[in-house]
Amino acid sequence: MPETNYDQEMAFFVDMQRCIGCQACVMACAECETNGQESMIHVNYVDRKKSPQTTVQVCMHCEDPTCANVCPADAIHQDEFGVVHSANTSRCIGCSNCVLACPFGVPKKMEEAELMMKCNLCYDRTSAGKKPMCATVCPSQALFYGTRAEIEKMRPDSEPVNSFFFGQQEVNTKVNVMMPKGTQSLLIP
Amino acid sequence: MYRLFKTLNKVALLKATIAAVLTIILVLIGSRNLQNFDPALIAYLIGTVFAIFGVAYRYSVWIQRPPTRLYWRRSMQFLFSKYFFPYLWRSTKLFFKNILAQRFIAHRSRTRWFGHFMLATGCLLAFAITIPLTFGWIHFVLKPGDDTTYYALLFGFEAGSFQLGSPLAFIAFHGLVWCSVLVTIGAIIMMKRRFTDGGLIATQTLENDWLPLILLIAISVTGLGISYDYTFLEGKTYQFMAVTHAITVILFLVWLPFGKFFHIYQRLAQLGANLYKTEGTRRGMAVCPHTQKEFATETHVKDLKYVTKELGFNYEKANGTNHLDLSPEGKRSALAVAHLKARKEGGKLFG
Repeated sequence: MPETNYDQEMAFFVDMQRCIGCQACVMACAECETNGQESMIHVNYVDRKKSPQTTVQVCMHCEDPTCANVCPADAIHQDEFGVVHSANTSRCIGCSNCVLACPFGVPKKMEEAELMMKCNLCYDRTSAGKKPMCATVCPSQALFYGTRAEIEKMRPDSEPVNSFFFGQQEVNTKVNVMMPKGTQSLLIP
Repeated sequence: MYRLFKTLNKVALLKATIAAVLTIILVLIGSRNLQNFDPALIAYLIGTVFAIFGVAYRYSVWIQRPPTRLYWRRSMQFLFSKYFFPYLWRSTKLFFKNILAQRFIAHRSRTRWFGHFMLATGCLLAFAITIPLTFGWIHFVLKPGDDTTYYALLFGFEAGSFQLGSPLAFIAFHGLVWCSVLVTIGAIIMMKRRFTDGGLIATQTLENDWLPLILLIAISVTGLGISYDYTFLEGKTYQFMAVTHAITVILFLVWLPFGKFFHIYQRLAQLGANLYKTEGTRRGMAVCPHTQKEFATETHVKDLKYVTKELGFNYEKANGTNHLDLSPEGKRSALAVAHLKARKEGGKLFG
């Protein structure tokens, strides 16, 4: 990777309960130059018939990313900071393995371009010491990028969790989800 | 050094050796026992045989990875099925559209496609010209009593002729000049992107993104130097031009299996991925239990469950279902539902 000012003290914190579905992050995400001006963040209703609940999802940057493991073209690369990058454009064959295997439902397949794309933590910005676009515009702070000390001060009753259980599979991530105080992990039944 | 030998992949080593030996045999046969082989090209031949060995080795290691192996097997299984002819026709069309013309890149950016198309066409044409010449498969002769007609021999058999000084002769003798021009224009377009695109500036590397372009320009410019020398300088700088060109080409050949250029061979897998999707759709679509919508082929979901398990991931749930049965939207919703439940149990929706 080129010379970088990536600040390893900074971390990403997501609190889906704070998402109001305003789509500001969706608009802001398209400003990220590493996405080629395509919005990569997901905002969707959880179950529209029953509730107005929305959820927001960025790439969680798994420590052992399933997407990279199932990629038949070795197109997904994790750098020394743990950022899992969008598919290498010269290698990606558009097979959608990563799209279907990601436990968080993050990667998108750009059908015509035969290319997988996903959130790469706004690497053009974070590598220059700036915050990801989505976190800078989120009005309800469902998305927050800062230090652990900052989030602990802001959310004294919450705990950043980066361990998730999908069935029998434990997935540890670089991005944290804010959970009730004392929680160690989130079990997805 | 000991570690290098210890970590060698035996299957890949065997396949690469067979490929290299087969190439040498084909050179011997095609050049009529080296009768038509040009000894001036020996360094290029050695470089090409090394490149074939390296590419075969890496390709073999690559297709041994669980997801690649599965795609490879499925592609072959689906191609050589009762739908062989429609699938062959479909793959041939896609080969022209997506491999030779690289049209899928136009959906990423039209300028990028144009640059890549120029670059790739120049490279592929140059391969098509130089490999048969280096192997001694193509050979040109003059016949006694006629010093104005040039005869092309393919594998030692006469395959055509043209008049010296004719437009066809001009086009044929300058084939590599046209390739150099295409490659140089393409490489400059691609370089410009790397100077101006903020996303590329943040993620590009010298060895993977800049050196390949610099090397291709170096090959083109030194190659043009040879033509310039014999056209305008009466061959006075031939030695220098020929040696610098040989150095750049051999560097390219030696690097071919390791760096970015390997994507030339990987790209063919896109045809297999397309076939996999087509046959999968015919067999039936998977429906997401959450959204109740079709989202992928059943074959794909089933194969991914198998591959993830082979790779050490287990997304099976206690109730016998699998997390991979959910569509991407279904997975995001499942996470949000679990999060809301945990928050409710914690007594506070916002902490």
